[in-house]
Amino acid sequence: MTATVPDNQQLAYVAAKAADARVNVEFESEGMTLNIGPQHPATHGTLRIVAKLDGEQVVSCEPIPGYMHRGYEKLTEVRTYPQVTTLVNRLDWVGSFANEVPFILAAEKLMDVEAPPRAQHIRTILFEMSRLANIVLFLGDLGAQMGGVTAVFYGFRDREFVLNQIEAVTGGRFHPNFDRIGGIKDDLPKGWIAETKVAMDKVLAFCDQIEDLLIGNEIFQMRARGVGVIPADIALSYGLSGANLRASGVDWDTRRDNCAPGLVYDKVDWKVITHPDGDSFARCWVRLQEVRESAKICQQLLDTIPAGPIMAKVPRIIKVPEGEAYVETENPLGVMGYYVVSKGELTPFRVKIRTPSFNNISVVPWVAKGVYVPDVITILASLYFILGDIDK
Amino acid sequence: MGLIDSGKMPQPLTTLLNTARKYSLWCYQWGLACCAIEMGAAFVSPRYDIMRLGVIPFPASPRQADLVIVSGTLTDKMAPALRRLYEQMPDPKYVISMGSCANCGGPYWDSYSVTKGVDQIIPVDVYIPGCPPRPEALLEGIVLLQERILNEDPVDRWKGDPIVVV
Amino acid sequence: MSSSETATDTDTDAATAEAPLRDEGREATLAQVTEVFGDAIVGSHIRPGDDLWIRVVRDSWVDVHEFASRRLGCTYFSFLSGLDWLPSPFGRDMDSQEDIITQGTEAKELPPMTTGYAGGDTRFQVFSRLNSTSEAFGITFKTDLPDDDLSVRTLVPVFLGAAWHEREAREMFGFTFVGHPYPVNLYLPGAFEGHPLRKDFPLLSRRVKPWPGIVDVEPMPGDDSADGDGDAE
Repeated sequence: MTATVPDNQQLAYVAAKAADARVNVEFESEGMTLNIGPQHPATHGTLRIVAKLDGEQVVSCEPIPGYMHRGYEKLTEVRTYPQVTTLVNRLDWVGSFANEVPFILAAEKLMDVEAPPRAQHIRTILFEMSRLANIVLFLGDLGAQMGGVTAVFYGFRDREFVLNQIEAVTGGRFHPNFDRIGGIKDDLPKGWIAETKVAMDKVLAFCDQIEDLLIGNEIFQMRARGVGVIPADIALSYGLSGANLRASGVDWDTRRDNCAPGLVYDKVDWKVITHPDGDSFARCWVRLQEVRESAKICQQLLDTIPAGPIMAKVPRIIKVPEGEAYVETENPLGVMGYYVVSKGELTPFRVKIRTPSFNNISVVPWVAKGVYVPDVITILASLYFILGDIDK
Repeated sequence: MGLIDSGKMPQPLTTLLNTARKYSLWCYQWGLACCAIEMGAAFVSPRYDIMRLGVIPFPASPRQADLVIVSGTLTDKMAPALRRLYEQMPDPKYVISMGSCANCGGPYWDSYSVTKGVDQIIPVDVYIPGCPPRPEALLEGIVLLQERILNEDPVDRWKGDPIVVV
Repeated sequence: MSSSETATDTDTDAATAEAPLRDEGREATLAQVTEVFGDAIVGSHIRPGDDLWIRVVRDSWVDVHEFASRRLGCTYFSFLSGLDWLPSPFGRDMDSQEDIITQGTEAKELPPMTTGYAGGDTRFQVFSRLNSTSEAFGITFKTDLPDDDLSVRTLVPVFLGAAWHEREAREMFGFTFVGHPYPVNLYLPGAFEGHPLRKDFPLLSRRVKPWPGIVDVEPMPGDDSADGDGDAE
């Protein structure tokens, strides 16, 4: 299997080696192995990266996951469906409502149950709000990864507005455990819709601030443009998803293209944003624009919530009929899917969890060849992963 | 210090030392999983500011840390790293176990790859339950630890005796 | 479920009492694959409006993926994993109230081993999923692995991203992917023994101390009927 390095990175590597050779004619150095992690502030958790260096440049880079492997797929075989919902919240632990949704939709597909329209609406709103909570944190953390710590404070502060609203409905800041087969757990509290619209305005203001602070910042542009270019065919072959795929120019969004029944994106006017470059800057930029779109989707949905029940008629003790179902949704990190195999019991027979970060990080050995060490951090930051999502 | 060695520390000096220590904890965050986000919110968010209690985050290395907050699930693959971290910290050192995964394995109590509780590897001073505990719960845990530090006897700690808190 | 929304107009209930829903797009895809591979396709299943499952013989595993990638436009590699169809010899390791209500308190016999959509003859299967980003559909491929030889050729020459998925399937099930460039453990520490996702791998914590179950079962508020309603007021 051959892997090709993008031209500009190759040129940079060759030029640097030539410069080295001019300076250090008699100085022969051996490569060094640098171990980043597993406990490191830059790695969003316990990811270990073993990088073989030649001077300051990376010759090969291998991420070693598994330091947060909790055995989800085995645990789901001994948990009932509501218990699996609780457990599965903790995969992508920053935007956690989004993890429950594809699992619940798969179970609803097998049970042939459709949630009432009000429940679908609220489910979609909370899904988008979990996207906001997640990506606002990403934008804040992005600054920290490159050394500009100010953005972190903005990120956490504005995330609190969204978390307040999620907490008002579900009772939990994250890990809401709110979705149920056939609907959602509780109805909206009084005054929630108006307050959430205010929170959406604050999120939009935050996007403008981050655009000033970071995206338009010269230093950020110098560090992110042209770094870690992933061409579209490599992105498809590795199975990248979410903003990573759209930043490489592939126009695919599960919300628009094969939206699972149970979410109401067809009733909203929104657009999919792509960027042709495929470098780290493109990925960050696409995510920023997606936050804006997401806030606008929420505002439209908040205006049009239908009245009605929030839970369809399902039996108290849920036994899902025999069958297999696969549902994937456009989660904040990418495309997340659950392949649920059921044998008609109280617990699933096998659940295969297709997590977006697993595929997103598997591309790092390909991308991080010939880059400098700080660029590895930039690439990781722009690919954006959550360890629970990689390690399951 | 010679006073601590000989065991003849006067009480006012003990109180002074303990008060100074409890308000200047340099805290190493061993943030593993979801609880790390709540710990981050407590440290970084202006709403639950933890620095007003005297707890400063981000020491440059564990060798300069007084307190380690273990937050999140500890897996068997990660456990040796935690042990090595604990041994690198100089005395007097304190450990807070945050979240039910760190306390006892939490929702993953039956998993094949999770260590059921951080106290199997290192001794813990304060346990904070919750999944995840709210940042206010972390603040309360820090306050409890501070009370504990105020009432402890540095002589016992120096000698390595088990700490008994009244 | 949305199948009623995607019913084609020609399948009304005019002619027959129950005309089954048809999914012409997926049937055409299946026909294309069968035309090229013939007998290598040993099973298939279509859920109309939703999904397509194709089961192939082990020798055609890589070829059918290459065909899907080149001719059907399925260039997106979603995931690859394994399935173990043996019913768990440990049961469900629970004796909660729900179990007692639904199944009674006598020990039940293990059900016979059955396989899922598109059939299957062996205990272990490898399955993978490809998507087409331009046409927004996906195909799930399965293949059987004989019990005495749990190996199949690697997909890495066709899809680079299969490398990590195959490493995970190898350590979780014990499969061998012939030709894989770097078959080392991905998740588990080096000294780990056993293959966790096999059904005969016990969860030791549950063997030592079974889950105590729900201690008191209260009816949900506002729930009087036998099958709970859960409606908010």
